[in-house]
Order: sequence, then C-alpha cells, then structure tokens
Amino acid sequence: MNPLDGNVIGGLLHEVFGVEMTDASGTCANCDFTGPVAQTVVYLDAPGTVVRCRNCSSVLMVFARIHERYCVDLRGLAALEAR
Amino acid sequence: MEGTAVRGRLTWQTATVAQIIPETPRTSTIVFDVPEWAGHRAGQHLDVRLTADDGYRAERSYSIASAPGEPVAITVERLEDGEVSPYLTEELRAGDEIELRGPIGGYFVWDPATDNGPLLLAAGGSGVVPLRSILRNRERSGSAVMARLLYSSRSLADVIYRQEFERPGSGLDVIYTLTRSQPEGWRGHAGRVDDALLAEVAWPTGQEPLAFVCGPTSFVEGVAQGLVGLGYPPGRVKTERFGATGGRQ
Repeated sequence: MNPLDGNVIGGLLHEVFGVEMTDASGTCANCDFTGPVAQTVVYLDAPGTVVRCRNCSSVLMVFARIHERYCVDLRGLAALEAR
Repeated sequence: MEGTAVRGRLTWQTATVAQIIPETPRTSTIVFDVPEWAGHRAGQHLDVRLTADDGYRAERSYSIASAPGEPVAITVERLEDGEVSPYLTEELRAGDEIELRGPIGGYFVWDPATDNGPLLLAAGGSGVVPLRSILRNRERSGSAVMARLLYSSRSLADVIYRQEFERPGSGLDVIYTLTRSQPEGWRGHAGRVDDALLAEVAWPTGQEPLAFVCGPTSFVEGVAQGLVGLGYPPGRVKTERFGATGGRQ
C-alpha cells in the first residue's frame, strides 16, 4: 500500500499521548535522523499502524489496537520531544 | 466519557450536517454544526468515524476546508472503492448526525500572526483542501503576505473551488496545470508539475518563502524535492501526503 505520512496519525497520537504530536520531534534509534513526526512514513494498513524513519526506513513506532486498548511499541525511537 | 470535552483530550463529538455543497462531479463540501468545537487553525484536519449496525467502525481523516472562525467544513472526494467517502458524498443529508473529532495537527498549519514570508502553496488534486483553508485565513485575517497557489488537477472540471479561485483577491496568484485533459484553447500549463514549472512559479529563496505541499505521495515527493533543489530549506517546505485508502480523503 502507498505509505502516507505522520500527519494522518495526528488523531491516534493525540489519543495515545494526550497532546498534539505531529509537530513533535522524533529521533531514529537506528540512524539518529531527527525530524517532525509529521514527516515520518506511515503505513495504516499493516497489521496495526507502522511508522518508519523518513531517512533509513527503520521502524520507529508500532500501534496496535486490541478492543479498546492500544499496544504501543516505541523501541525504534531514541527520543521523542513534544513542543 | 464520549461527548464530554476534556481539556487537552481529543474526544469524539456528534456533529450535525448543516449543508452539503457539490464542488465537482466527484467532490462535495460538507459543512458541520459542531456544538463543542474548540476552534481550528488553517491546515488542520479532523477524523470522521462511521459505525455500522453490526458495530463495525471505519475512521478517516479529512482536511478542514474552512478558515478559522468559519463553520467547520470538509471537502470529500468520492473514491469508487471507498468505505467512507461514498457514504459521505452520496448518502449524507443536511440534518444528519455524524461522529467526528478534532481539530488535529500542529505541523501542517499556517498562522498569519507568526508565519512570515510569501506563501507557495502546491496542491495535487484534493490536496488543495487544507491550502484553501490557509488562503481563506489569509484573506479573512487581512494578511499582507503574498501567495501563489500551484494547483495540479486532472482536468478543469476536476478543479475544486474554481469559482472562488477565479476571483483570487489581491496578492494571490492561482496557477493551474491540467494533467490529463485540457479544454480547447487552454493557455495554462499542461502535464505534471516538473522542475521547470516549479522554477517559474516558486518565489526566489531570498524572499524567505514558506511552502505547503499537499497531495498524493508521488506529487508531494516530487514537488518537495524540486523546491529543495531550488534552494528552499527543508524546514520551510511543509508536506502532507494524501492516500487513496485509509488516510485522508
């Protein structure tokens, strides 16, 4: 499927983190690339929502919704800074 | 606690359809009455949620088409195999209720009070929707910022908000390029946006322009790379990618 970008998961991120996150700055744990969450590569139709690094394509975040709960994997991030 | 707006939290709200405005054969603008709307910024979006009788739910994101201060509106393109857009464009009527949440997004936004520099807005197809919000905000706020809209559309009949763009107001230029078909005697641009067209339309980098690029992924990548090639700092090129399924539209 055609990947989108981090803008599209603004609602999901707000739900999980409780604040606006598309303008937050994320740092890839693999390549150290830092940029706004809005600029990540997002696959909505993977099993769950998969967020990848714009620079090296490593997986940064995975969100899976099971019933009313979110399972969140953030291991691909070295840092995530909301403004 | 749905329906109870908690500060800082994003909650689903029930909106009432106030008006539906056909824009093109494939797109309609839906104006909502949202009782607890917190107010939005130009460029933001909202999520719509449909729930079937059996409980199956589908969510989609749509850019807000109206300016801050105007009633909340989205413009929806009907996708033939879509789960949500055929309902929104064909079944929905004024007076119907629908679930939405927003406003969403803090990156792809323009603020007339703080964002300086001439605006270069580049739209591919329905990617024009958030850019129209920016242009209306610019107009309504009395901003003196110059703006150019480069709008790539399949044909003239597919141009959304065409009537509005025919009277662009002072300081705004609208430049079309038609990719699939051009009317007889068309003197505008034809074909996809390429580096030559970008170089012609883009503000010189010395003016410290700010670019917003929105459309399908391939359009956004091409335009953003082209602008960076012209010397635009990547941080001055804001991008938003629309998808045919699952995402915006």
